[in-house]
Amino acid sequence: MIEFKNVDVVFGKQPERALPLMDNGESLQEIQEKTGLTAAVRNASLKVGKGEICVLMGLSGSGKSSLLRTANGLNPVTRGDVFLETDQGVQNFHELSEDQRRHVRMNRISMVFQKFALMPWLTVAENVAFGLEQKGLDKRTVRAKSIEQLALVGLGEWADKKPSELSGGMQQRVGLARAFAMETDIILMDEPFSALDPLIRSDLQDELLRLQKQLNKTVLFVSHDLDEALKLGNHIAIMKDGVIVQHDTPENIVMNPADDYVEAFVAHTNPIDVVNAQALMRPLNDFQEQQSEICLSERDDCWLYQGDSIASSSIRYGDIKVPLALWRDGDTDDVNKKRALVVPLETRMQTVMALRYHSGHGVLVEQDGKLMGHVGDREIYHAMLGKLIGDK
Amino acid sequence: MNFITEHKLPVGQWAETMMDGLITYCGAFFDAISMVLDVMIESLVDFLSMLPPWLFIIIVAGLIFWQQRNKAVTAFFVLSLLLIWNLGYWEETIETFSLIIYATGFCVLLGVPIGIAAAHRPKLYRFIRPLLDLMQTIPPFVYLIPALTLFGLGVVPGLISTIVFAIAAPIRLTHLGISQVPLELLEAGRAFGCTKRSLLLKVEIPAAMSSIRAGITQCIMLSLSMVVISALVGADGLGKPVVRALNTVNIATGFEAGLAIVLVAIMLDRIFKSK
Repeated sequence: MIEFKNVDVVFGKQPERALPLMDNGESLQEIQEKTGLTAAVRNASLKVGKGEICVLMGLSGSGKSSLLRTANGLNPVTRGDVFLETDQGVQNFHELSEDQRRHVRMNRISMVFQKFALMPWLTVAENVAFGLEQKGLDKRTVRAKSIEQLALVGLGEWADKKPSELSGGMQQRVGLARAFAMETDIILMDEPFSALDPLIRSDLQDELLRLQKQLNKTVLFVSHDLDEALKLGNHIAIMKDGVIVQHDTPENIVMNPADDYVEAFVAHTNPIDVVNAQALMRPLNDFQEQQSEICLSERDDCWLYQGDSIASSSIRYGDIKVPLALWRDGDTDDVNKKRALVVPLETRMQTVMALRYHSGHGVLVEQDGKLMGHVGDREIYHAMLGKLIGDK
Repeated sequence: MNFITEHKLPVGQWAETMMDGLITYCGAFFDAISMVLDVMIESLVDFLSMLPPWLFIIIVAGLIFWQQRNKAVTAFFVLSLLLIWNLGYWEETIETFSLIIYATGFCVLLGVPIGIAAAHRPKLYRFIRPLLDLMQTIPPFVYLIPALTLFGLGVVPGLISTIVFAIAAPIRLTHLGISQVPLELLEAGRAFGCTKRSLLLKVEIPAAMSSIRAGITQCIMLSLSMVVISALVGADGLGKPVVRALNTVNIATGFEAGLAIVLVAIMLDRIFKSK
């Protein structure tokens, strides 16, 4: 677990001078002009739970890396608190002594860097061992552990090569192995894949997701690539001029951008990879109800009758009744026009669209056996175009 | 205009008075330094001269081959040393080697830490940079005179002037190397739990090593260029025959001694540029 509470980061001499100006809500430029200080992060609060990947997003200079670096003390905090779960309970990192901070860095929190930051004079295995040696472990344990970590990222054969003999993607695998070798619960990742080719990047993202499933770390990930953020993040915090402007699930970031900045960010995202049925659907209580039936579409004369269960519910086009059928991920046959399908909340939009197309009916969405909403053409088109139309 | 020339400022007098003061009050101190350094150099020379030249050449060839793994370079070392032996400059070459080993040793022992400290403290570097400029621009002959009065005739003033002349190179290049360590490596070091000490030993110095090594090589070359000048104050070595040749306009001796100096220079350069 890691939690930032009202964190301000100011760079320059006597950074406290900027705090009153920040409280008055003066802009970055004004503060820069008046004091010569750079207010990199302003009043940022964020919590990342165990097993979660939180992605900090923003353009360069938005303060995302500055915020990340307060978590292990590479950047000082001018005001505010950074809480970490340690062996002595939850501690405020910036109230610890230098020795305690070192202890936290070696045992609770490790880091992966954008430009890999491997020591060019050490071999791959020695690089992985770098942090372990700081812990003061004996040589054989260190060697065994680093070889084990290298095997985990698929570089077992390369242990005794120099980093310069490896490709960029492989170097960053070494960076990952070095961080994982520390066996910390928290991992900071500062644009780790930004310097890589798109294909390699995608590989490493998959690799990270695979490792995350296996190791269940708390990951704080900085990126300027929205597709990456949407792919990896359990939640995403978008930063602008040092402020977190929206902290939300990937679906909500795409479907309900908080302001123009976020909207511009998500404008070119393809929602079908990101959005799920829950974000896509129109809740049933938004529809008009007439004589215990819900009007799904007036034009098609389409009505939903809700029984006690999904099996006893049905939809009706004029006089033609169509029964409902539950659909689960992996079902391939049975998709035909004789039945309207009901999917769980977390079904991807891509799947919902395919089901809508193949079944010919709108798709209903359920949770724990209760119908929650409906996805018709309107909702699908809306998701595809919604950001362009700009209204609901 | 006469006014200006008639009232000459006693700058030279001041310098002389200062030197006199130093000799009066700290003479014993400088004598002690002089004695210690003299004994150190003499004993190294004695030790190296104890070995017969053929044994020395075999040992050097073995070490060079072990370090460089290169037959051509080893052959060059053997042939150069044989030529020097043949020309009759063996004793002088040993003396020059010893002088350079000590000069370089002191320069590295003092210069590398100073360079590191300067890289960590920009204010300190602003303070020592003009001093380094001064040490490199003042003609060595100028500080040869006070070195001579403080330490007396012989190899010690030569060593001291050589250090003054050559130490700027390792300081500057160490400073450069340490200041140019990529920020990401420093951050990685800190993020993985380095203390200040382990950051220096495990990240900064290894990262700056090629620059530091260049500083040492330069230091050796600069020391070698002082060989002839130190001979003027009585330091033994290959400089002596050069000075003698100059005084007697003896082209043959001058050429032979000069050739020996060049061979020594190339050999020392090869040892440190190997990696």
